[in-house]
Amino acid sequence: MGLKRKDLLAISDLSVEDIELILTTAESLKEVGGRDIKKVPALRGKTVVNLFFEPSTRTRTSFELAAKRLSADVINFSPSTSSVVKGETLIDTARNIESMQADIIVLRHSSPGAAEHLARFVRSSVINAGDGWHAHPTQALLDLYTIKEKKGKVEGLTVVIVGDVAHSRVARSNIAGLHKLGAEVRIVAPPTMLPLSVERLGAKVFYRFEDALIGADVIMMLRLQRERLGRALLPSIREYANLFCLTSDRLKLAKPEAIVMHPGPLNRGIEISPEVADGPAAVILDQVSNGVSVRMALMYLLSGTA
Amino acid sequence: MHEASSKHTQTVCIQGGTVIDPGHMNGRADVLIQNGKILEVGYPLKHPVHQDPTVTILDASGWIVAPGLVDLHCHLREPGFEYKETIETGAASAVAGGFTSICCMPNTQPVNDNAAITQFMLTKGQQAGKARVFPIGAITKNSDGEELANIGELVEAGCVAISDDGRPVMNSLVMRRALEYAKAFGIPVVDHCEDLHLTDGGCMNEGVVSTELGMPGIPDASEEVMVARNLALAGLTGVTVHLAHLSTARSVELVRHAKAQGLPVSAEVCPHHFSITEEAVRGYKANAKMNPPLRTDEDVQALKQGLIDGTIDVIATDHAPHALQEKQLEFDTAPFGIVGFETALPLTLRLVQEGILSLEQALDKLTRAPAQLFHLPVGSLKPGSLADLVVFDPEEEWVVDPEQFYSKSRNTPFGGMTVKGKVKMTFVDGRLVYDAR
Repeated sequence: MGLKRKDLLAISDLSVEDIELILTTAESLKEVGGRDIKKVPALRGKTVVNLFFEPSTRTRTSFELAAKRLSADVINFSPSTSSVVKGETLIDTARNIESMQADIIVLRHSSPGAAEHLARFVRSSVINAGDGWHAHPTQALLDLYTIKEKKGKVEGLTVVIVGDVAHSRVARSNIAGLHKLGAEVRIVAPPTMLPLSVERLGAKVFYRFEDALIGADVIMMLRLQRERLGRALLPSIREYANLFCLTSDRLKLAKPEAIVMHPGPLNRGIEISPEVADGPAAVILDQVSNGVSVRMALMYLLSGTA
Repeated sequence: MHEASSKHTQTVCIQGGTVIDPGHMNGRADVLIQNGKILEVGYPLKHPVHQDPTVTILDASGWIVAPGLVDLHCHLREPGFEYKETIETGAASAVAGGFTSICCMPNTQPVNDNAAITQFMLTKGQQAGKARVFPIGAITKNSDGEELANIGELVEAGCVAISDDGRPVMNSLVMRRALEYAKAFGIPVVDHCEDLHLTDGGCMNEGVVSTELGMPGIPDASEEVMVARNLALAGLTGVTVHLAHLSTARSVELVRHAKAQGLPVSAEVCPHHFSITEEAVRGYKANAKMNPPLRTDEDVQALKQGLIDGTIDVIATDHAPHALQEKQLEFDTAPFGIVGFETALPLTLRLVQEGILSLEQALDKLTRAPAQLFHLPVGSLKPGSLADLVVFDPEEEWVVDPEQFYSKSRNTPFGGMTVKGKVKMTFVDGRLVYDAR
């Protein structure tokens, strides 16, 4: 059985059962990556279009690899400028792609809601690969998968999300997913990087990193977007690193078996020290390989062939 | 300003309705119109209408007869953005909504910062022959917020107020000078209260919904700091500041306090701000995107309270047409604004249905009060007044269908909503310019 829906736009679209189904399917598809011939015919004859309006290497590559392992035909379409500048709307671009019989459109766009907007206009399945600050549901799914793989469960764990939550789609989707599966979510950042009423998303707010770390099972670091510096959110990178860099010393405040996650790319020495990034607690590269399995599962379950 | 037409000689009697002329009359009466003026209002009329074959009798039984509605805040888009609206289509939309006088903002292309543009707007308005068009001039040249526009020239040409609406005057010294300079002309200065630094690219109310949607937010404070600034400047200069489209509870509180101190200030609210909340944005609905943004239920309640106690003087539409292709863009790139003429009256009547305002109070905010604020020669049905009237059925229910709008644009969040209260006839200068009987 597949997912009884056309699109995946946000974690809030999914029930707990849907999430479990995606994670279980990912688990069974994971072994494909270990084979000599890393391919199954599940999506043979299907067309997947990666429509990326924002530069992205790892997410696009991950989707591309996932689709190829399922034997789908993959097209990468990366308009170099935003739709407005280009003079063609997102909808027109997408309709053009749909007319080439795309079965699945994977969209990355800088506007919050772009995927939902697109899904209303096209018959193809739409997978949100990141829309502005809003959502990045496949990142949350691969993070949930990784936590489950390492910890055996999600429910009851204490997960700390560290950094610029206000401008992070990764944080929003992870808060939603973790909350849904019964984890306790803590967020910690300078208050300038927390959105108004963030507790309403289901997270406990901390301002001191050390306080948030005590008793943590999972520490999820967010990438510091350096372009935020000019907008009075932070005095300096140095001060941010002093207060929020996950160092070996700080890591000791968490549970001894705590894991460290990061959606990449890393700013070594800013939000995470090299010792931690390369140390035994880090599962950052597992996240990357699990990303392929989770995206395979999702495309398979949305394609209607499941 | 409207050329005499042969129809002026026609005598019309609007018979059988309830006349509400805020502050003057509220009751069953007939209205006699002749030569574009109100000749007599009463029941029975002294004039022997049934013996006079030159009188055309129009039945308004069960309907309300009121002064034509007056809108202090609209965007007619001409010159420059005729694909969104023209003065002709805007004026037609206005009378379909019962508005007979409309004040249009200067954010056209070119900006209405000189007499030539003002005269162009007035001429186009006369040619359209629907609602009376009263231009609002710019405060600063090109609405750049730097040098004062030639305000004397604008007033001479027919501007009834000045505003840099949509591009608020951020420099407080420039605002002070504008208020002082306007003093000589006795015109109100209108400000769209928004601190653009605080807005910082926001495109909806900053709060629970923006946090969930991942949308950059516009904080309440963005409006409130400028409301507070303008109140301080009104105190300093003694010149009336008219605060456009208040949207937050604290703005209402600030104005209430200022009025209690006797500061020269007036305030308006738009129907959408007291009718719906930020929840309407969910689903990234660009037709629920306007500036100031839809706020919270708490703000809605405060705006209603402001209408009840007189803190808010008038209801204005901020009619802001945008083309379909613009509102089809992603939410954050779509332009701000919604059309308002054709939904303003029924949305205002909801306040009456909810028991918040009496019908007379509600109509006052749409007729006499706005006319007085901008010193417009309309808004009354006293004998000798210009015969601008609206006749509406307060009971008729209808479903808002944007496809039926007279406006060139359809950008409204109220499509599909069932509302009560339908305009039946609109008269300007004694001419029946809209007839939906």
